[in-house]
Amino acid sequence: MSNTTEEMTASSEVFESPFKIKLKLMWRAFKENWKIFSESKIGMLGFWIVIIFAVAGFIVYPILASTVWKSTSLSSMVSYNPVTGYDFTIASNPAPPSLTHLLGTDPLGRDILAQLLYSTPREFALGIIAALITVFLGTTIGTISAFYGGVVDTFFMRLADLTLLFPFIPFLIVISGMMTVNLFMLALILGVLSGFGGITIILRSQAMIVKVKPFIESAKVSGASNPYIIVNHIIPNIMPLSFLYMMFNVTGAIFSEAVLSFFGLLNIRMSWGLMIYTADTAGYIVGTNIGTYWWLWLPPGAAITLICGAFYFIGRGLDEVVNPRLRRR
Amino acid sequence: MIKYIGKRLAQILILLVIYVAVVFFLLHSMPGGIKAILATNPTLTPAARESILKAFGLNQSLPMQFVLYLKNIFTLNLGISYSFYPTPVWTIIAQRLPRTILLFTSATLISFFVGFASGKSLAWKRGKISEYVSTVIGVIAYTIFTPLLIFTLIWFFGSFLGIFPLNQFLNPDLWLHTNLDAQTIFLYLLLTISLVGLAMLVSFILAQKISHRVKTRKIIFYISTAIASALAIFWWAVSPVGIYAFDILWHMILPVISVTIVSYAGTMLVMRDSMLETIKEDFITTARAKGLPDKVVRDKHAARTAMLPVITNFVLSMGFVVSGGVITESLFSWPGMGMTLLNSTLAKDYPLASGALIFTGIFVLFAHLIVDIVYAFLDPRIRY
Repeated sequence: MSNTTEEMTASSEVFESPFKIKLKLMWRAFKENWKIFSESKIGMLGFWIVIIFAVAGFIVYPILASTVWKSTSLSSMVSYNPVTGYDFTIASNPAPPSLTHLLGTDPLGRDILAQLLYSTPREFALGIIAALITVFLGTTIGTISAFYGGVVDTFFMRLADLTLLFPFIPFLIVISGMMTVNLFMLALILGVLSGFGGITIILRSQAMIVKVKPFIESAKVSGASNPYIIVNHIIPNIMPLSFLYMMFNVTGAIFSEAVLSFFGLLNIRMSWGLMIYTADTAGYIVGTNIGTYWWLWLPPGAAITLICGAFYFIGRGLDEVVNPRLRRR
Repeated sequence: MIKYIGKRLAQILILLVIYVAVVFFLLHSMPGGIKAILATNPTLTPAARESILKAFGLNQSLPMQFVLYLKNIFTLNLGISYSFYPTPVWTIIAQRLPRTILLFTSATLISFFVGFASGKSLAWKRGKISEYVSTVIGVIAYTIFTPLLIFTLIWFFGSFLGIFPLNQFLNPDLWLHTNLDAQTIFLYLLLTISLVGLAMLVSFILAQKISHRVKTRKIIFYISTAIASALAIFWWAVSPVGIYAFDILWHMILPVISVTIVSYAGTMLVMRDSMLETIKEDFITTARAKGLPDKVVRDKHAARTAMLPVITNFVLSMGFVVSGGVITESLFSWPGMGMTLLNSTLAKDYPLASGALIFTGIFVLFAHLIVDIVYAFLDPRIRY
């Protein structure tokens, strides 16, 4: 009796479930791709910048907010919230960097470092939501127009041409001036607008290459329906390229948000662009004040530059994984 | 060639109608749009509301309104600005469009030629420390947040060194004691610059016709360019209004530098990548094996081939450069289309905002047309 159970366990070790094998294969592919990606210096640089920002925004800020920046910790008389409150203990705001405020305070007496960290998760959320919508739209439309061709193809390609011509930021300025746009709505607008643009053309041409491969023919012969082929055979094959363009779209989304909130056109609580806007409208970035009050515009500006650059660098690094002809070997 | 341009023009006309339609329907579907503001104002009497709706054509059906709007745009009747009442929108746009065109064109030309030349020599000197440093600087310039770049420029040149004016279109103290119109001076400046450009083009074509030797061609081109620019500078220096023209140009330098940096890095990086690809090709090895000088191989064989992706990228990045122009104009208080667009949006001046948006679109469309024609000239594979 015990002999048979031993046999059974042995056989279950030999015949693994297909799901497990799939996971193993994915893990192996990921390890190989990671090796190629980690060889590109620029990609790793971007990766580490993103990690640092993510740690700062998602882990360091909650800890600091519940310990150092707790509302009543500064003074027993005045409760002070570093993101929204006015610091009365300082003679005049904006105050230059000091020990209590590592990056100084803004004209409204708020701590710059706290605002920076507070906005970080929101920037990530905006960039990633917008990029996901863009990539979803771009992949779907690109594959469908490559697969079906004809009128659908022509329509979406002309639409993409038109979107490419669009003066994007002026258009967003007018839209957000006329209606109240919050962060999620902006992500939606950005995602949809860029989803019909250049990404569709690129993914369509990639899908055209996949479409004529023999395995699509054999799937057709074995009776697969068109939606099944698109979802299970074409889309997985253009996924790497979609992922690459997702990184570039994160950059674009964060940049657009920063520009719009810098002009004071968005209805949001706090963001890096808004920090510069606050300093600008209070008259601290006009004329010769620029050099004197550097801590008002340099930290948020540098944060926007770094995060946009980091996602762009990751895209460049992924480019080497996706396009084998760019590799040096 | 003319047939090709005509075809492109027809396409652009169709695109223009679609663009206007998108703008129109978006503006009219906005929750806080023109109609809502006019029609739901509680201080208006019903009679006044009726007359306003009639005067603005808002009582007609939406397609009819669109046809009227389209007709008005092609007859340049864009309504009256609220914030500059009673100036028509078209007058404001006609005043400000040339400023944007000058800023954009000069920055684009400079960035294209500098980016082209530097990308070319960077790829050629691959592996040297100068290549590494320039690539890093290029990537930084490509990813930098435009307002941060402009603040740094203003701080460094305007405040720290103090050699350039901080912002504005002109120096009010200088213009106080004169009854000259800045717009007239500006238009004359634009005319001079386009005349010099025309002279350069004519001399380039003449040099191609006259001689086959590169050296003679270059001498003819440089000498005639120098003569044309010297004549222009002399004419402005002699005329009594020269100092005012100089004032405008002086205020233009920093904005031009900003837009140049915004669009330069993209050109440089793409040129470098495309040049690196081209160098690996067989015909470069052949050219070298023939014993051609290094410079000839680089400029005539490699760079000419590597140029085409750069121009394609240039077309695609035009929207990005125009956006950079909007930011630059509003930060330098340069009264062009971008600043008009932003200020009119902030002031809820809908006729001016939509007019500015439509003319920004038209401007981008025509820039595309010009780049397309240049592309057709450069790419020997395009035949019409």
